Amino acid sequence: MEKLILRRVDRNNEEMILNFGPQHPSTHGVINFIVETDGEVLRKAVPDVGYLHRSIEKIGEVTGWHGFMPFTDRIDYVAAMFPNEGYATAVERLTGIEVPRRAQYLRAISCELARIASHLVSLGTMSMDIGAFTPMLHGIRERETINDLIEALCGARLTYNYHRIGGVAFDLPEGWKERTLAFLDHFDKFLVEFDRLISFNEIYVRRLANVAVITGKDAVDYGLVGPNLRGSGVDWDVRRDLPYGAYDDFEFAVPVGQGFKGTVGDCYDRYYCRCLEMGESSKIVRQALLQLPEGEIMAPKVARNLKVEAGEALSRVESARGEMAFYVVADGTNKAYRVRARTGSFTAMGIIESASPGLMIADLVALIASLDVVAPEIDR
Amino acid sequence: MPRTPKLPKLSPRAVVLLTLALGLGLPAGLFGAVLVLSPLAQPDFFVRAVLGHDPATWPHAHLVYGLVMALLAFMLINFGAIISGMTVWWEMRVSSRMQSRIGYNRAGAAGFFQWIADAVKLLFKEDLIPAEADGMLFRAAPYFVMTGFALTFVALPFGESLIAADLNVGIFYLTAVTALVVVGILLAGWSSNSKWALFGGMRSAAQVVSYEIPAGIALMVPVLMSGTLSMQGIIRAQGAWPWQWHAFTNPAAAVAFVLFFISQLAEGNRTPFDLPEAESELVAGYLSEYSGFRFALYFLVEFGNLWVMAAISATLFFGGWQVPGVGPEVYAAAKGAGAVPALGWWGLQLLSMVVMVAKTVVVLNVIVWVRWTLPRMRIDQMMNLCWKFLVPSAFVAFVFTLLWQLLVARAPALGLVTGVVLTGAFLVTLILFGRQVKANIAAAGDHVDLTNW
Amino acid sequence: MTTSEIHDLLKARFGEDVSAAPPPPKGDAWLTVKAERLVEVCRFLKETAGLEFDFCEDLTAVDWPKRNVIEVVVHLLSYKLKHSLVLKVEADRGSPVVPSLYPVWKTADWFEREVYDLFGVTFTGHPDLRRLLLPDDWVGFPLRKDYAEQGGWHGIDNVRENPLVELKRLDDSARAEAAKSASPAPAAAPPATPAPTSQA
Repeated sequence: MEKLILRRVDRNNEEMILNFGPQHPSTHGVINFIVETDGEVLRKAVPDVGYLHRSIEKIGEVTGWHGFMPFTDRIDYVAAMFPNEGYATAVERLTGIEVPRRAQYLRAISCELARIASHLVSLGTMSMDIGAFTPMLHGIRERETINDLIEALCGARLTYNYHRIGGVAFDLPEGWKERTLAFLDHFDKFLVEFDRLISFNEIYVRRLANVAVITGKDAVDYGLVGPNLRGSGVDWDVRRDLPYGAYDDFEFAVPVGQGFKGTVGDCYDRYYCRCLEMGESSKIVRQALLQLPEGEIMAPKVARNLKVEAGEALSRVESARGEMAFYVVADGTNKAYRVRARTGSFTAMGIIESASPGLMIADLVALIASLDVVAPEIDR
Repeated sequence: MPRTPKLPKLSPRAVVLLTLALGLGLPAGLFGAVLVLSPLAQPDFFVRAVLGHDPATWPHAHLVYGLVMALLAFMLINFGAIISGMTVWWEMRVSSRMQSRIGYNRAGAAGFFQWIADAVKLLFKEDLIPAEADGMLFRAAPYFVMTGFALTFVALPFGESLIAADLNVGIFYLTAVTALVVVGILLAGWSSNSKWALFGGMRSAAQVVSYEIPAGIALMVPVLMSGTLSMQGIIRAQGAWPWQWHAFTNPAAAVAFVLFFISQLAEGNRTPFDLPEAESELVAGYLSEYSGFRFALYFLVEFGNLWVMAAISATLFFGGWQVPGVGPEVYAAAKGAGAVPALGWWGLQLLSMVVMVAKTVVVLNVIVWVRWTLPRMRIDQMMNLCWKFLVPSAFVAFVFTLLWQLLVARAPALGLVTGVVLTGAFLVTLILFGRQVKANIAAAGDHVDLTNW
Repeated sequence: MTTSEIHDLLKARFGEDVSAAPPPPKGDAWLTVKAERLVEVCRFLKETAGLEFDFCEDLTAVDWPKRNVIEVVVHLLSYKLKHSLVLKVEADRGSPVVPSLYPVWKTADWFEREVYDLFGVTFTGHPDLRRLLLPDDWVGFPLRKDYAEQGGWHGIDNVRENPLVELKRLDDSARAEAAKSASPAPAAAPPATPAPTSQA
């Protein structure tokens, strides 16, 4: 049977049809693009996803309410704190469980560290896609320290499973606060170094500035979220505009793309917004650690065999890849009736087909990297 | 917060000794072979002086000549292979330090034998030829590349009289045979019957052909300045001290060196011009379908070419093997009257070889730094750079040199003054660069630690 | 604006085609829209000053076999006014058809393809309705409650034996081996002389 996706490209003309992926170094996971090219210039790139589909939403309907938590890690394994938090928040909204303040702070701390780690991976792989190998390893080096910290916090380095419905699993270990503060001191210096190494590199800037411009209107229309949306000049951050958890306690700026080196909404804006966001996250972690209130880390009396009365709720959290929304529907039993995760990468993939015409192959790589798509988040 | 992993303690003494013995012995042996064989390869000299025959009448002269030449060629190919292996090791060590990694540290002291292990591994791998590929061309392509690479060593100078053949069109010969590499790459791209490989091949063709032009014009500048195409002639036209080097006696030659260096990076497919094998865009470009030893040949050539690039730069712009204070009359005096040169002459040859190798290694190091620092350009930017900037600049440098030569002929002091000024400027730049590096390292909360190597 | 305020506005314009469920004690309230007026309602929500739902946050579906409907759920958010809204459209389970929201929000493209893929809801007016995550020739709609696995796809098995079963089998065979070598051991004790080797 002919694949239906091939209807999207014209195979009867002189152009070349390329299979860009699923095993390609710069698709950031198993994603396939059917690319129609005229030499180096793209006519169109049509994404073909689903290679990493693990039916996590279906799994959510058969595990219990608590049992789904480890599976949410796998939705976005580059920054697994956010699906944790999103799912927990959704269920808390549905059940009315009040999360203790300390637990909310711990959530914010862990999430912001995860955001830094995720952005480091994203920016590193982006610079690698542009051809510079060294910044990526520098990013990975810093991420390693964050992994160590999070490991000390929850025992896992990748799929954290740290948040719980009603709080978090573990309190801070001894000396963790000092270690983290020391890391942040070091990290702020690293950001300057990273900028000097790659962000302001002339070749790098020319590769990204004015490439694949996505206007603010298009970004909203196509449902881009997070740094991709802000890179297009739309000033929106769930943490600031619809605060959840402890975020209304913190002072932080929301970096918005302003055509740092070219046009608003080009690849460089998306890239540099992430760079600035890491600094803001570092500020948030510092504030949260210094203001950390004493108290419980779990809401009292969250039943092990949780039964949730019929209803539905949507939670929004600002993940590293933008707004992550969990939509849960309950029918009064001890299992979710429907769990739905709306992720940033999913909608980011949707814009590639319309943003790709006229780019060069190297620009497509830059576009994919600058949208920071992560395959498990697309397919779930 | 450690910036760079602390390396494990030193390897056992025996391993260190073995590594040192091999690491120094292999190149020293090959250099020695070059040292001995290149004078011997002159039939006139060898047949007449050593064997005691008149080459014009002796029937076996050509046989002997061919034999020695074959031996020298074998040594040079081996030299190319081994030097490219060592370059891999050096590059990996340097890059691992740049990237806060440990890097090679298993096979031999400091992982020195890793390149041997890699080569052996590739040798044992299955030699896959894709079913739909054009088998004959696919098999032939690596030989083109290898031939183009190996032939360069014929005209590459190593010392005062250490050169396989001092062709009177030496530099033309070099540009001609290095162009053979692109034929191999194009063949590889086409015969693989893979779209990625084809992309790589086409990119490489466009890139190498374009960058031949600025490179060719830029190297005309030292040719004009020395009035010869012969490699040895160009070196002899320069002095030993920096202010006598081509790069510093003429402002246009300094520019020409930069142009030549950039073009060489492009011709050698090195970052920021590694588009033909851009792994994040084209998977592996023209290499996509290659495996096993054919792949190893491409790799060997890629890294071996670094040496060629660096050696040509050192020859044309940095005075080649010229040893300070050792002029041609010293060589002549040391040679003595006997048929076989005196021991002192051999020592001088060795010294000139060391100077040449040192200069080459410095340039090579710069290439490695560039590779691990810069991102990759896009194909249109690369073409723009070549046709809009490098080619016109090369022409300007060329014309400037023509006028400059007239000026210098009138006022010879001008050359010396420029030399001293440019050398000074270069030294100041170096010092400022070093201080900036040190300041950057300090700003990142780290310090220079040379013991952690 | 809250859901009930928006409902009042919509009722004035669209009458009974938009209805509200009684607000739940916890969680989100929602409005139910008749399928045929959905695009109109959404365009109104997007373009009316004071509503301005410029962001289609999510579009998904929930299967209710007992009520024999598939609900298509649309979450809207306004970046400017910072309010949100949940819209629901009910479609018949037998042949669910809902008009596409692609003309209103382009992001509906992929969301609708996903719902089509996993629930089998057909979106009329969608420019390119084909499966998104699953292969084109997949049978069934996995997120429906009565979905049964087809047992494989093009010879690729999707049922896997529990690894413990294999371990037990290995265990059993090892035990049987041990028992065999233990019990007939006396019988086999007199070593039979290997005829061919002794001749050599």
